[in-house]
Amino acid sequence: MKTKTTLRGAMLTTSAILISAGAALAEDYTRFGIKEDVPGACSFASIDAKDYSGRTLNIITHAIPVIGEPTALHAQQFQELTGATVNVVHVPFGDLFQRIMIPFQTGQQAYDVLFFASLWLGDFNAYLAEVPQAYQEVSGMQSVTPTYKGVASWNGKMLNYTMDGDRHYLKFRSDVFDNPEMQALFKEKTGRDLTVPATWEEYNEVAAVFNNMDWDGDGAPNFGTAEVTKRDDLMFSAFISRVAPYAKHPDVKGGFFFDLETMEPLVNTPGWVRGLELFVAAQASMPPGGTSFGLGDEIFSFGGGQTLMSYSWDDAFIQAMQADSPIRNKVAAAPLPGAREVWNRTTGQWDTFETPNTAPYVTWGWSSAVAAGSQNQDMAFDYLCFFSNEANTLADLQIGRFGVNPYREAHFDPAFYQTELGWDANVATTYTDTLKAIDGGQNQVFDLRVPGVGEFMSSLAAGVARAQSGEASAQEALDGVAAEWKAIVDRIGVDRVREAYANVVALEDN
Amino acid sequence: MYRQKYIFLLPGLLVLVAIILFPLLFTIRVSFSSWDVYNPGLNWIGGENYARLWEDARYWEALIRLTFLTVATVTLQYTLGFALALLVWRDIAARRFFRVLFLVPMMTTPVVMSVIWRTIFHESLGPLNPILEAIGIDAQPWLSDAGFALAAVMIVEVWQWTPFMFLLLLAGLLSLPNEPFLAARIDGAGPIRTFLSVTLPMMGAISVGAILIRLIEASKLMETVYVLTSGGPGTATETTSYYIYIRGMRDFQIGYSASLSLTYLIVMSVALTLIAKALIRLMVKDRT
Repeated sequence: MKTKTTLRGAMLTTSAILISAGAALAEDYTRFGIKEDVPGACSFASIDAKDYSGRTLNIITHAIPVIGEPTALHAQQFQELTGATVNVVHVPFGDLFQRIMIPFQTGQQAYDVLFFASLWLGDFNAYLAEVPQAYQEVSGMQSVTPTYKGVASWNGKMLNYTMDGDRHYLKFRSDVFDNPEMQALFKEKTGRDLTVPATWEEYNEVAAVFNNMDWDGDGAPNFGTAEVTKRDDLMFSAFISRVAPYAKHPDVKGGFFFDLETMEPLVNTPGWVRGLELFVAAQASMPPGGTSFGLGDEIFSFGGGQTLMSYSWDDAFIQAMQADSPIRNKVAAAPLPGAREVWNRTTGQWDTFETPNTAPYVTWGWSSAVAAGSQNQDMAFDYLCFFSNEANTLADLQIGRFGVNPYREAHFDPAFYQTELGWDANVATTYTDTLKAIDGGQNQVFDLRVPGVGEFMSSLAAGVARAQSGEASAQEALDGVAAEWKAIVDRIGVDRVREAYANVVALEDN
Repeated sequence: MYRQKYIFLLPGLLVLVAIILFPLLFTIRVSFSSWDVYNPGLNWIGGENYARLWEDARYWEALIRLTFLTVATVTLQYTLGFALALLVWRDIAARRFFRVLFLVPMMTTPVVMSVIWRTIFHESLGPLNPILEAIGIDAQPWLSDAGFALAAVMIVEVWQWTPFMFLLLLAGLLSLPNEPFLAARIDGAGPIRTFLSVTLPMMGAISVGAILIRLIEASKLMETVYVLTSGGPGTATETTSYYIYIRGMRDFQIGYSASLSLTYLIVMSVALTLIAKALIRLMVKDRT
C-alpha cells in the first residue's frame, strides 16, 4: 500500500514538473500578482493543467484581511486556473473554532479546506486527513523548516498543511538604542550601558527609564513597552513569552505546562509566578490604556512609533517597516529576553545562569488542513499546495495584512527583504537572524496543543488578568489557574491529555 | 363536532413547537450532558453541570455585576428618556428635528457603535482624553481601571438605549388626554405638581412596559462588553451573557454553557416577574 502511494506520489510529482516546465514556457502568470512562477508540482503552470470543472470546493477561513484575504485571493486564482467553483466562508476569529468543530462533531461535511490556529490541532486531529506523501515531497514543503513541520504533525503524521510560521520575538527602536544621548541618559540613571535587553528584568528596567518621555523629539510623550495585555485577545501568548525563560529549564525535560508523568499543572510554580510578577510590574511603563491593549493596539503602538519596545508576532515589526512608516528602518529585532535565574522543578530550587537562559516561544501560527470526510481531497490538497507555492508565498510575505510569515529556509534570507521590500541591511539582518535563532534554537517552548486548549488558555488568561488588575497576587492568581487546570484535566481524562501533551513535549525535548 | 378546529390550529402549533419548544427542550437535554470539545454528543451525566455551576464563583459574580449594570443603566435611561420626551412633547422650535436626532443612537448597530466608543475611550489614541485635558480635567483610564471600565460600559449602554425609552415615553405622552392637565391648571397646579400628580401617574402603565422591555434587553448585555472591554480589566466588566459566551463558544463546553443559560433564564424569569409586580404596584396601583 505504501509502495503504491509512494509510486503514485513520484509519478504525480514528475508529471507535474514536466507539465509545468512545458506550460511555463507558454504562459505568463505575472498577471496574478506574482513576480514569476516557480516550477514545481504546485506552481501556477501545474495547477493550470488541472481541470476541476463542475466540482465545488468549500473553504472556511478567518475574516479578511489576516489569512482571509490570501485565502480568497488564491481561491479566485485557483478557480480561474482549474475551472472549479470555490466557495470561501470568512468567519471572525471568536467564532472560528466552533464553526469548524460543530460540523466535525455532528458528522456534517461542511468544508473541504479549513484554515485555523495551529494550536487547535490537539482538538481537530481526529477529523483531519493526513497530507499525502506526494504533497509532502513537493519542493515547497521540503523547504519548510523542521520546527514548522513539527508544528504541523500529530503522532508522527502530518495533518496540517504548513502555510505560515509564527513565533514571538523582541522588537525595539534601534535609533534610540544607538543614540549616544540616550545611552548617556540610561547610564546616568542605571549605572550600566544601554544594551538590548538580555533578561526580562533588563527589559522592564529599560522600559521604565524611557517611559513617558519624548525620546523621538516629535513633541508627544513616548513610552517604554507595548504588550498584548487584554484578556481573550491572545494575551496568554504574551504572558508565556515572559514566563518561558524562568520556567523552562534546559536540563529539565518532561513538560513546561504540566509534568508529563503526573500531569500536575506547573503554572503556579515559582518560575511562572516570577514571570507574572514581571508582567504586572511592566504595566507601569506602558502607554495610557496599555494595560488593556489587544494585539491591534500593540501593533499600532510600536509600529506607529509610540513605544520603545514590544514583543509578539511579526505584525508590529512589519507595520513599523511599511513604506509610509515614520519609523521605517529605525527598528531592529532580537530573540526574546531570557532569565539569569531559572526554576528547577526537579531540585525545587532556582538555578543561576551566567549567560541568560532563553526559551524561544514558537506560538500560534495559522495553519490549514483538509477534512478527513471531504469528498474532494484531491482538489483540496491541490488548493493548499497552490496557496503555499513558492511564488504565492513570496508575494504574500510582502503584504503585512495577509498574516503570512516566514516558515521556509528561503524566507530567512536577508537579501529578499532588502531587494523586495527595501529594508536596510541592518534591519533585514537582525530580522532574519532572529527568526533563524528561534527556528534552530534550543529549549524551545510550543503551545499547549491538547484537547480543550481553548479552555486551558481562557483559564490562564483570566488568572493573569486578575493579577494585572490587582484582584489577586501573582501566586494567588496562578494557584487559581492550577486548580482550574486540574479540574479540566480530570474532566477530559488524565490519560487523554497526557497522550496529547506528549506530542508537545516531544517537540520541546528533542 | 368542532374537531376540525384542531386541524386548523395544527400548523401554528407545529411552528410553535419547532421554533420555541424544541430549542428549549434540546437545551435542557444538552445541559445534562458533558458535550464539549473532547466528548461530543448527548451522554447523560445527571446534575453534574448544575453542581459545578453552583460552585462557579465567576458566574455568580458576573450575575451580580449584571444586576447592578442593568438596574443602573435602565434607571438612567428611564430618567433621561423621560426628560427628553418631556422636552419635545410640547411645542418647541425644531421639535421634529430633535425627535429624529434623539433616535439616532438606537438606530445604529450595537457592535459598530461599540467599536466607535472603544476608539473614543482609547487612552492613547482616542479623542476623549485630549478633550478632557483641554478643559482642564485629567486623562482617565477609561478601559484599564475597573471602575472606569464599568462606567464606560454604562455610558455606551445609556447612550445607545435612552432613545428607546424616549420613543416609548414620548408616544405615551402624546396619547395622554388634555383634560386632566386643564383641570390641574384651573386648580392652580404648577409644572412640578402637575408632573408629579398628573403626568407621572398617567404614564405609569407605559413606564412599566418600557422599563420591563429594557430590563429584559439589558439583562442580555453582551456585545458592548465583548467589543469594549472583553470583560476586563480582570473580570471587572464580565456579564453573565459574556461569561456564557466564553464557556460555550470559546471553551466549547456546550453542556456546561447550556446549564448556565438555563439557570440564567430561570433566575431572570423569576427576578423580572417580581420586578414587574413591584413596579405595577408602585407605578400603576390606582388602576389595578
